[in-house]
Amino acid sequence: MNNGKKFTLALAAVAAMGMAAGSAVADKKYGPGVTDTSIKIGNTNPYSGPAAAYGTIGKSIKAYFDKVNKEGGINGRMIEFVTLDDGYSPPKTKEQTRKLVEQDKVLLIFQGLGTPTNSAVHNYMNKKKVPQLFVATGATKWGQPDEFPWTMGWQPSYQTEGKLFGAYVMENVKDPKIGILYQNDDYGKDYVVGLKEKLGDKAGDIIVAEESYEVTDPTINSQIIALKNSGANVFFNVSTPKFAAQAIKKVRELDWNPVFLNNSVSNSVGSVYKPAGLDKSKGIVSLQYYRDITDPETQKTEPYKKWKAWMDEYYPDGDLINTFNAYGYLVAQTMVQVLEQAGDNLTRENVMKEAANLNLELDMLLPGVTIETSATDFYPIEKMMPVEFNGEKMVPLGGVVSAN
Amino acid sequence: MTTDVEVKSDPRLTLGARINFRWVAVFIVLGAVLPFVVEGYTSFQMTLVMIYAIAILGLNLLTGFNGQFSLGHSAFYAIGAYTAAVLVYHLDFPVYITIPIGGVVCFVAGFLFGLPALRLEGLYLALATFALAVAIPQILKSSHLEDLTGGVQGLDIFRPDIPAVLVDNFDLTMDQWWYIITFVIMLLLFWVAWNLINSRSGRAMMAIRDNPIAAQSMGINSSLYKSLTFGVSAFYTGIAGALSAIVIEFVAPDSFTFQLSILLFIGLVVGGTGSIWGALFGGLFILMVPNIAEEVSTGLSYAVFGVILILVIYVMPSGFAGLINILKVRLRRIF
Amino acid sequence: MELFLQQILTGIANGAIYACLALAVVMIYQAIDHFNFAQGEMAMFSTYICWSMISIGIPYWIAFLLTIVVSFTAGIAIERIIFKPIHNAPVLSHIIVFIGLLAIFNSLAGAIWDHTIKTFPSPFPDGSFQGLIGMHEIGMFFVTLILLAGIFCFFRYTRVGMAMQAAAANPDSAALVGIRVGWMLALGWGLAAAIGAVAGMMIAPVVFLDPNMMLGILLYGFAAAIVGGITSPGGAVAGGFLVGIIENLAGTYIPAIGSELKLTVALVLIVTVLLFKPNGLFGKTIVTRV
Repeated sequence: MNNGKKFTLALAAVAAMGMAAGSAVADKKYGPGVTDTSIKIGNTNPYSGPAAAYGTIGKSIKAYFDKVNKEGGINGRMIEFVTLDDGYSPPKTKEQTRKLVEQDKVLLIFQGLGTPTNSAVHNYMNKKKVPQLFVATGATKWGQPDEFPWTMGWQPSYQTEGKLFGAYVMENVKDPKIGILYQNDDYGKDYVVGLKEKLGDKAGDIIVAEESYEVTDPTINSQIIALKNSGANVFFNVSTPKFAAQAIKKVRELDWNPVFLNNSVSNSVGSVYKPAGLDKSKGIVSLQYYRDITDPETQKTEPYKKWKAWMDEYYPDGDLINTFNAYGYLVAQTMVQVLEQAGDNLTRENVMKEAANLNLELDMLLPGVTIETSATDFYPIEKMMPVEFNGEKMVPLGGVVSAN
Repeated sequence: MTTDVEVKSDPRLTLGARINFRWVAVFIVLGAVLPFVVEGYTSFQMTLVMIYAIAILGLNLLTGFNGQFSLGHSAFYAIGAYTAAVLVYHLDFPVYITIPIGGVVCFVAGFLFGLPALRLEGLYLALATFALAVAIPQILKSSHLEDLTGGVQGLDIFRPDIPAVLVDNFDLTMDQWWYIITFVIMLLLFWVAWNLINSRSGRAMMAIRDNPIAAQSMGINSSLYKSLTFGVSAFYTGIAGALSAIVIEFVAPDSFTFQLSILLFIGLVVGGTGSIWGALFGGLFILMVPNIAEEVSTGLSYAVFGVILILVIYVMPSGFAGLINILKVRLRRIF
Repeated sequence: MELFLQQILTGIANGAIYACLALAVVMIYQAIDHFNFAQGEMAMFSTYICWSMISIGIPYWIAFLLTIVVSFTAGIAIERIIFKPIHNAPVLSHIIVFIGLLAIFNSLAGAIWDHTIKTFPSPFPDGSFQGLIGMHEIGMFFVTLILLAGIFCFFRYTRVGMAMQAAAANPDSAALVGIRVGWMLALGWGLAAAIGAVAGMMIAPVVFLDPNMMLGILLYGFAAAIVGGITSPGGAVAGGFLVGIIENLAGTYIPAIGSELKLTVALVLIVTVLLFKPNGLFGKTIVTRV
């Protein structure tokens, strides 16, 4: 060969090697906590203390990841799920989250539970540029991609739900007078804010009574009595299962028959309506976005059977009538989807990018409810279905509605 | 007739003891070097331990040295924390100044609370302080004060930049800087407490604890001392609260529940009632042991914690400081 | 007027809940001169045991009685096994052990029986009395009174009851006259545990059974016992009803407070009462000799 050809060949060889090296580099990009065979994900949940009831969410997530791992992992990588107890105490959440990020070097924090707890690490996560993904709270502030590009919620926000209830009242109740029972924390108050926003300037006239309660209150009977006496004909119940069951009992005991609106957190046959009394719970209207695993109709469906099979194998200690265990199943599936979409580009930036690129339907969500995100939309689920309990099961009232 | 708080242990424990300056010097050197040899996260944890130690020392002054049983110190911790947070968030106060201000506000609050509490003893005082501890989060959350306190959502605090001199020359990180600040404050407060205990006032405080009737017959102004002790105790805990608000960079009513009061109380007894340096061990215990319990079993971490508590009491009924004292006495006998 | 009446009746109904637990608090205080933080969790645990028995088919009243026996035995066992070794430890250390027990019972209950709320049956008929107050709540009121009568008679008229009070008030002298102080303590624990179990089984039908059921109630029970006078069972019961009523009325009729600061108001009122009567409304003023 002459020199010119040799030179061209050499150049071509170098170029080929360069391209191969370049694409090899482009093929696999890892953030902290990622190797060829594993992805480390961090989480904080209350496993002790007064909020320990929520701890089953963390356990169900772990159980789902166990299933994924057994079936081969995500693109060949096993999920290492590190979950720590924060007892629902914000200082402890800060401590545990810092441990996960700085000592355990996780790729991201997934489904931290609680509003004050997530608030405590909100700035930290965004400053450190670590994804705070799919937080387990319905506060509205988790969907602000401009100010907090590393934080994203998952469930419909409480305010959204409040607005949808407001819309329902405006459309279906003549001359409404609303009495509200709400838990005196961010969850309860947010619902009220949403409702008031939807009612606009009429809020002052329509809402005739607001009664709050603390989680440590033994009963809410006094509040219900006050609400009945306010002359309300609509009762908006923003309380957790235990208090919702008490409320239903007391309302019927007082011979009061308002339009009974119940928040989605307590819309469960097994955890609320059965203990309170199925016939007493007739006519209760609520909003749902995922299937109620305690509803006999749901239990006949294929998605339920799949869910139950998973529970039996991977989370046998879990309670089959606890709706949190369906919630955990769904969020875990969402996380898996994001990681699958990221492929081999598992940097924190790319994970966040894929999280903002979701268009997903999951079978345990109600038909019509989707998970959609974009660079400007950090609210994955915004659709809900109005339902009414007829004493045996939930009956849909029309189609899926959206807060927009 | 004694009050409910009897310190059945080595009397040298209750007199503050002669400080063995060698040990103190070693401690100071080790403590000062620590943040530079461990990671940032560990410095952060140690800072939290020291903050708890300061709070526990405050509780100790009231309960251990003065015999007034308080279940309400989470309230003073909260007041200190929120004072700092509100001043920084709404009024743009320089962060460093809010620490002593938090302490002073708590001193006043403690003194004012101590006045009516004079009439209450033992269990009744416990209830009154418990009422305070439970009321504070409720008040912080209430809609009346929401604009000020941020309500349920809480307030964020941003720490000021470290003085440039230190960053340029020593590469100081935020964690190290605040560790040092807390360390210095802790040493100062411990030294003040030691002086207080070994002074006439200190002896008056302890006399009131051991035999209130005799103390009064000897001319000690019981009411004044008890209220002042309440104030000083609250001062210490308030400073700890202000520091915690800054170091954690966040305050919310859920951070200051009654559980915190119980935790401080546990730190007090496990560290050693009536011992100043025991507070440090107490702080270490209440931060670390829940983490250890969690590693044993996530689902039953609280139960494991309970078991550890009971075992600790079996092994050291007078707290860690009590155990060390007993060991010292035994070792002295051998050698 | 109807509102006022209903709030009073609900206050009495809630008060019965607090009073029940306050009786257990008084019992343990009479026995060991201190307040057992773990009382509520023990009561909750007993209630779960009863629930388990009922769910495997044991009839209510048999399960009820069995639970009382089991709780009584467990109370004695706890005192003899856990507290005897640390008898001479400072009082504050005892309180740490109470806290430890609280943590253990709470966590175990959650682990064994889960956090989903469970219904607990009521032995009283369903429904309400003229829409004003539930039948179960009326029943609970009478059970509280029966318990009170029983405890009162026990302390006043039985030798064992008086021996227990003697052992608590002055253990040395009591031992000198032949009272087995150790077993009096154990008995006190057993009885307190049994009363707590009854309280739990009465309360659960109203508030639903879950591991954190007793948390708030214990605090109110504690307050009730103190405002009524920790040495007086009748005072504790009266205190319970008082706390229940005051809390409800304050929440309803003081609009600035509303239900947001109900707990605060109730506690402030209690502390105010204590300032004027430091030993509680019906408590004995103990005069100490120098």
